[in-house]
Amino acid sequence: MTTLKILKYVLYDVLRSKMIIIYTLLLFAISFGIIYTGKDVSKAVISLLNIVLLVVPLVSIIFGTIHFYNSKEFMEMLLAMPVKRKNIFWAEYAGLSIALAVGFAIGTGLPLLMYGGASGSFYLILSGIFLTFIFTALAFLASVVNKDKAKGIGFSLVIWFYMSVIFDALVLVLYFVFSSYPLEKATIIVSALNPVDLARILILLKLDVSALMGYTGATLQHFFGSAFGMLFSMGFLLLWAVMPTLLALRVFNRKNF
Amino acid sequence: MNKIKYILIILAIINLNVIGKDIIVKPGESIKNAVQLSVKGDRVIVKEGLYKETEILIDKPIELIGEGYPTIDGFSKGEIIIIRSDSVTVKGFYVNNSGFSGMRDYAAIRIEDSKHCNILSNKLINNYFGIYLAGSDSCNVMYNEATSNAVTESSSGNGIHLWKCSYILVKNNTITGHRDGIYFEFATFSRAENNSSFKNVRYGLHFMFSHNDEYVNNVFADNGAGVAVMYTKNVRMINNRFEFNNGSNSYGLLLKEITDSYIENNNFTGNTVGIYSEGGTRLLIAGNEFNSNGYALKILGNCTDDTIRGNNFSSNTFDVTTNSSRNSNLFMGNYWDKYKGYDLDKNGTGDVPYRPVSLFSKIVEETPEAVFLLRSFVADLLDMAERVVPVFTPESLIDETPKMEKVIN
Amino acid sequence: MIRIENLKKKFDKNEALKGVSLTLGESTVAAVMGPNGSGKTTMLKCILGLVKADSGDIYVNDCHVNGECEYRKHIGYMPQYSCFPENLKVKEVMAMIKDIRGNHCVYDEELIEKLKISEMNDKQIGQLSGGMKQRVSSAAAFLFGGDIIILDEPTAGLDPVSSEIVKNKILEEKKKGKLIIITSHIVSEVEAMADRIIYMLEGKIYFDNTKDELYNSTGKANLNQAIASLIETAESEEKQ
Repeated sequence: MTTLKILKYVLYDVLRSKMIIIYTLLLFAISFGIIYTGKDVSKAVISLLNIVLLVVPLVSIIFGTIHFYNSKEFMEMLLAMPVKRKNIFWAEYAGLSIALAVGFAIGTGLPLLMYGGASGSFYLILSGIFLTFIFTALAFLASVVNKDKAKGIGFSLVIWFYMSVIFDALVLVLYFVFSSYPLEKATIIVSALNPVDLARILILLKLDVSALMGYTGATLQHFFGSAFGMLFSMGFLLLWAVMPTLLALRVFNRKNF
Repeated sequence: MNKIKYILIILAIINLNVIGKDIIVKPGESIKNAVQLSVKGDRVIVKEGLYKETEILIDKPIELIGEGYPTIDGFSKGEIIIIRSDSVTVKGFYVNNSGFSGMRDYAAIRIEDSKHCNILSNKLINNYFGIYLAGSDSCNVMYNEATSNAVTESSSGNGIHLWKCSYILVKNNTITGHRDGIYFEFATFSRAENNSSFKNVRYGLHFMFSHNDEYVNNVFADNGAGVAVMYTKNVRMINNRFEFNNGSNSYGLLLKEITDSYIENNNFTGNTVGIYSEGGTRLLIAGNEFNSNGYALKILGNCTDDTIRGNNFSSNTFDVTTNSSRNSNLFMGNYWDKYKGYDLDKNGTGDVPYRPVSLFSKIVEETPEAVFLLRSFVADLLDMAERVVPVFTPESLIDETPKMEKVIN
Repeated sequence: MIRIENLKKKFDKNEALKGVSLTLGESTVAAVMGPNGSGKTTMLKCILGLVKADSGDIYVNDCHVNGECEYRKHIGYMPQYSCFPENLKVKEVMAMIKDIRGNHCVYDEELIEKLKISEMNDKQIGQLSGGMKQRVSSAAAFLFGGDIIILDEPTAGLDPVSSEIVKNKILEEKKKGKLIIITSHIVSEVEAMADRIIYMLEGKIYFDNTKDELYNSTGKANLNQAIASLIETAESEEKQ
């Protein structure tokens, strides 16, 4: 209950913030532009995929970190009231990630919906929302372990860069090194280690069905396309949101303000 | 007396001139007997109903005609109709449940060493082979529907099967649930037109050593392995649709050792591989639509002197892949939706050449598991770098005149 | 009302509190003074539960402070810097505090009127000047009538009129039997309001006594001089 009370005001605040509004409008403009100037909707979804996989995590983690540091005094004020720490934490986390997710859903989902929903749109939006919650959680984690704001933002950037670029590059290198071994199972395990990859596969299953049916793709297709695979990827995406949040909460509970 | 003589002679002449009599067969009677009793030029008309018969041998030029679609049911024993005569017509039957054998290719309707036969408007249900033509020529197989319930390749036969035939017209048939929908082996100067072959366990169309044939306006969809054409010269494949043939060994169109052939104005949509070409020589691949395929065109290093011209490539995961670092085929004037060049002189042709083979597709070719990284930032980055400085992809596999807009075919 | 026993806190290597004991009763305005880094903010934050002490105990109204939050319903707090979310309207801030504090409290609408908070009702916090924000902050601290009020630099940034209102409010609340703890660098202000001076130095309470006793023991007539002489004594003691 207390969480909801605080959440209400956090939402009032974040939903009115310039950055969320700009983020939403920018996403809307880009998505609208891509969908309506392109000749091909499925191509538009592919372009949007890149936005979802790069921009959504980046904005979520950076905005999340900045918001956390900017809300420090507010949290102190709340902490001085008869409110449990975890209530404050959940309200802040839920407020920010819901606001970002709403911004994303409107910015990207609305143009897609207006177009009538191309194939893969649902998973695109779903993945984007998952990534928003995950990277906001990571933002909070980066913020609670770093007292210094600049350090926290730097740490967040590193997390984002690792998840978006470095991880996949490392995987590629591993593929080259172990190319003589069967790597299908390893691939599935590796995918669980990076939420961005999980989200990407979720969308690929709708966009590139044909390509994934070939050769090894078939293994991925079979696995992730099955009910169990869906459960697997959704489960791990959820875990990726929950684990950093709980970890951040642990630190938050013991933190000195 | 003389008058009677004349009448007999005239009757004989009429008879000889194929103005035969009609023999009516009703349920409870035997088609086989009626056929045996008939003479050249007769029409055996079978009334609506169920006839449990097999091995109906037609060895004289008669017409066997069903009225109201009578059913001839073989109850899974042997063959049902066997034609061993020129100029036979079989029309308007349900022919169901031929036998199955590992030793013999039982068919619902078999034509052996005959000419000018017509198999028209029959519905063939649950047979091992549907229509089987062997050593025949100048026959028409039209408006038939062959439906079977094949599960595995080894326990199923083909819908329309040609062996050592020529000048056969296979037109407006629908085949589903067989091993291969349409199968041509040593069938020459033949034409498959307007057929629809879908959901067959192996190939929608399969032909080998069948030179000088034409395949026009057919639809091949959802077949286990798409369409395979092998060891053949002078084939024209025009205006066909190859759709949704998905699987690890599945192709819209599999070409193997095909020479001097034309693949024009076809539509390849949603296949794992649009065209897979191994040893294709002097092929013209022009005016085709490649849309939403995993790999639009896989062209192996042993393909030479092929021309790929004026095709539209859109929404494919990969446009062109090859296993070779060299290229001896010509790509020109195609539309590539991934092309990012510009057209300053506004002549409709991009001012910078386009390299359709991406580095990432090459990586996937060598390490198939890497498909996991499809559309990742890293994969895009590699492709971008390779486009700027090609190192790993074939230098000469290049479209010098990529189109800015879709080519209208 | 507040009892602190041997409170210790270390940040990494830096010992912020080296064993602080303190008892504060009702009807008191206690001024916590001391240079930056002396531990006064840490001590206040320990009372508020913002900082978790390494050892020692704090009792607020005989309630042991150990992570539970209920005791804080007695405490009003005004931080040094404005703390409300930028995009909330003033009336929403007030509504929020009421929401969180619950309905059982009696709200001090009089102060809100005096500080002219309702004039700003529809403005967002981000649009307010520093002084206006402080007005909102101080109103928020007194709003619900807690019996302990902690004010961190309460008059810094306030305009003279508001500053006077807040000072009067503090004295008024003291008369009602409340405990008010303030930190301030403005000695004249402390002199005007406080009846107890707690002077902290390097994580310890260096001096804790009533204002009158401070004058007596140092023999000075005003607080400034009294504190200066205290610091001199401390330094000379250190040299010895």
